[in-house]
Amino acid sequence: MRTAWFMSIAWGVVGAASWPATGGADDADVLAAQQRRVEVVQRVSPSVVAIFAPGGQGGGSGVLISPDGYALSNFHVTSGTGNFMKCGLNDGKLYDAVIVGIDPTGDVAVLKLLGRDDFPHATIGDSDLLKAGDWVYAMGNPFLLAVDFQPTVTYGIVSGVHRYQYPAGTILEYTDCIQTDSSINPGNSGGPLFNDAGELVGINGRGSFEKRGRVNSGAGYAISINQIMHFLDHLKSGRIVDHATLGAAVTSELDGSVTIQQILEESEAYRRGLRQGDEIVSFAGRPIGSVNQYKNILGIYPKGWKLPIEYRRGQEKATVYVRLRGLHNPGEIIPGQRRDDDPKKPDERRPGPRRPPPPPPPEQYKDLFVEKEGYANYYFNQVEQQRVLKGLDAWGDYSTKNGVWKLAGRDQRERPFAVTITPTTVSLAYIDQNYEVSVDATDFQPTPEGSGGLLTALLHFKLFLTQRGFLFSDFHYLGSEPLDGRGEKADVLLSELSAVQSRWYFGRTSPEFVGFDSQLSKDQDECEVRFLAVGEFDGRRFPSRWQIRSGNSEYAVWTIESVTLAEGPSPQRKTEPETAPVAAPDSKSSESEAK
Amino acid sequence: MKRRTQSQTDRMMWICLCAMLLCGGAARASAQGVEEITRHVEPRMVKIFGAGGLRNLHHYSTGFFVTAEGHIATVWSHVLDADEVTVVLSNGRSHTARVLGAEPQLDLAVLKVQGEDLQFPHFDLKTSATAMPGARVLAYSNMFKVAAGDEPMSILHGVIAAKTRLSARRGAYEVPYNGPVYIVDAITNNPGSGGGLLMTWDGRPLAMIGKELRNTESNTWINYAIPLPELSEVIEQIVTGNYVSKEKAADPADLPNRYSPLDFGLVMVPDVVYRTPAFVDRVLPGSTAEIAEVREGDLVLFVNDRLIHSCKTLAQEIGALEAGDELTIVLRRENQLVTVRFDVPRKP
Repeated sequence: MRTAWFMSIAWGVVGAASWPATGGADDADVLAAQQRRVEVVQRVSPSVVAIFAPGGQGGGSGVLISPDGYALSNFHVTSGTGNFMKCGLNDGKLYDAVIVGIDPTGDVAVLKLLGRDDFPHATIGDSDLLKAGDWVYAMGNPFLLAVDFQPTVTYGIVSGVHRYQYPAGTILEYTDCIQTDSSINPGNSGGPLFNDAGELVGINGRGSFEKRGRVNSGAGYAISINQIMHFLDHLKSGRIVDHATLGAAVTSELDGSVTIQQILEESEAYRRGLRQGDEIVSFAGRPIGSVNQYKNILGIYPKGWKLPIEYRRGQEKATVYVRLRGLHNPGEIIPGQRRDDDPKKPDERRPGPRRPPPPPPPEQYKDLFVEKEGYANYYFNQVEQQRVLKGLDAWGDYSTKNGVWKLAGRDQRERPFAVTITPTTVSLAYIDQNYEVSVDATDFQPTPEGSGGLLTALLHFKLFLTQRGFLFSDFHYLGSEPLDGRGEKADVLLSELSAVQSRWYFGRTSPEFVGFDSQLSKDQDECEVRFLAVGEFDGRRFPSRWQIRSGNSEYAVWTIESVTLAEGPSPQRKTEPETAPVAAPDSKSSESEAK
Repeated sequence: MKRRTQSQTDRMMWICLCAMLLCGGAARASAQGVEEITRHVEPRMVKIFGAGGLRNLHHYSTGFFVTAEGHIATVWSHVLDADEVTVVLSNGRSHTARVLGAEPQLDLAVLKVQGEDLQFPHFDLKTSATAMPGARVLAYSNMFKVAAGDEPMSILHGVIAAKTRLSARRGAYEVPYNGPVYIVDAITNNPGSGGGLLMTWDGRPLAMIGKELRNTESNTWINYAIPLPELSEVIEQIVTGNYVSKEKAADPADLPNRYSPLDFGLVMVPDVVYRTPAFVDRVLPGSTAEIAEVREGDLVLFVNDRLIHSCKTLAQEIGALEAGDELTIVLRRENQLVTVRFDVPRKP
């Protein structure tokens, strides 16, 4: 009673006190700032997700990013909840959700909430605009307190940007992350960090913990939303996605410059001309002044993206585009062996309680999960494949055109070419030369020379157009990447047959087939084909101008003048040697099997 | 219902009022303001790398320039227990620095960057601010060594919760410093943040962030900073070479100091922290300790049944011995307790 009285007196005094001239305005400022905070919190709260393991044992936080229910969280949250989880929103309702894709290195997971197509969702901000000192809201379900799923809000400032946090445990690494003094505690993991305008700028996932136990100690870290947006389509592919490496180790010199200390000769960076001792001036458009900065930039891009690297050798400066290699071997990032906190680094432990194995999935949604090696959930890859392949439908039905293909036309210097693709061979007559490659050829020299393997690329182009993914030993939706490292983002389908890997590019604004790369074998320059124009041949759409490139240079620009596509029986899908059961490939064994 | 005393309620009301008054100014403190302050602060601060790196002993801390010639004020800690330490400037450049002087009573050390004709941006301590509880502050430090090279310090925001003396809870905090401190509601005192700065939101330096400090009774951690006006006089004396450490003068001369561990051939580990465990660093050949089979790496637990919790208490216990006493030392050696006994020899 007495306390309450004193409090009211205190407020009363403040209200009545004769402020300095600016006092009233300050008062209004305080109230206005408070009102704005309240509004932001009310606006963004519906998008904040409380994630629980199906048994209710443990969980974390997340945030919705689309009306159809896609949500972001931490890998270390979903790795403990199983493939199906329960998600609470601030409407007080509990929704089923299924895992979509995971990024174990970057500690990101995408899940999909089910049962609505009008989920409230966050607006994506630009985390590169954040500065130290900016106000930020961390939201989520710390200590799993909220039984009504109302998110907890902690408000603080950005303590630092572009922070690099060394790997904790084995592979988990926070690069280019946001440091904040907003309280990040166990259970906050996977929850959103909003900027002052209520835009999503990060996913909270880590803190520096040491002597004071596993609670906020003034330094929390959020994965930048810009990094996550690079990976988002990869994650929506249902895959276990990997980060990248250049194939080169760098070191900082006394003058603050960063130079290449070692470089793999089989790396694309080496093929593009980078050598030991070269100074890296900028990477992906950002200047490089320390090894941490280099690691920061490398860490925010997926394996396989092409990025510009500007380097200096002596007085010469050059910019090259290099496709990044995978950071890990496929086996290394498959979860299962849940990486426990490294006892050697007690200060960098991730917030997030441990959980027992989950119960079986809900009956009505069990078809939304398909298990496959290399995938968090193959179901979503099938969905994305179908979505992207719709871009081929506009070209017409090629499914019966399995016979001989004949293409003819002229190049940019009016020199004629003629291509014949039979089910077993590809041949080309061009500039007084005849080239031929057999389907079963094992010698993967690029033919013609300088094209990166155009003939094999043409063969795969025919397989893709007629049978789509059916004839390849592996075929999946990869995600998206900026075309050629500088263009607009394109959807990528990836096919493999024998050692040949091809990337099929589709525009995203209009789902159009825009080109492809075929690589004869790993660590060789690809044959890159871009369709400069598409024409009408034999009642079907077919690319009429082809730009053909390899490495740094253009091989030719072809204008197609005639196209003949013969009908033929559907080819049989070959069983790949590496996946075939162990059996001698002779007639005797098939006879004995027939018995 | 528990009745509050008059003084408690008075204090509450006063704090409320202060908070109200200061909130007004705080509303104007925008992110723009922080950016400006940061631009001023960053080039005046250094990341310090020195001794440590073992277990919970971090090898890094923070400091700030107090002269253009390269004098750096920082917290006195084991990190400085090296001949030279490395200081890294906000532009990423490294310099070596040496301890010019220290005042353990203030937990203060002043370093000097090695090299001539160097000029550094620095804080003018005469412009230091003072603050009341409720004042909002920014804390700059390299806590947890988050920043490397030219990367900027970590910034936390908080409010001065109290201005008090740690000695008000004597015994609860193991610090030599006895003067006033600011207590902050933000978690400013982390590994490496010692020697960092509290700044006011109008951009003036306020206090030096102290060490990590745990209340031994409640097992809670406190975030404190020493007001710069408490330090500036000594800093200036050290810089100008006119400083005489109070530590020697304040040495408890009345304590008997008849023997030291060295008299028995015991070389202890350097006494670098407030409570350095009494590990035997070396045993001199042919000494009483060697004959009694004390070994390198032994931890002294008891001297004549008195618990030894640091090098300091060991020195006190041994100092109080008299010739002819029987000395019993209990040592821990690889998880075993070992007892050694010998007579205290007459001093030559």
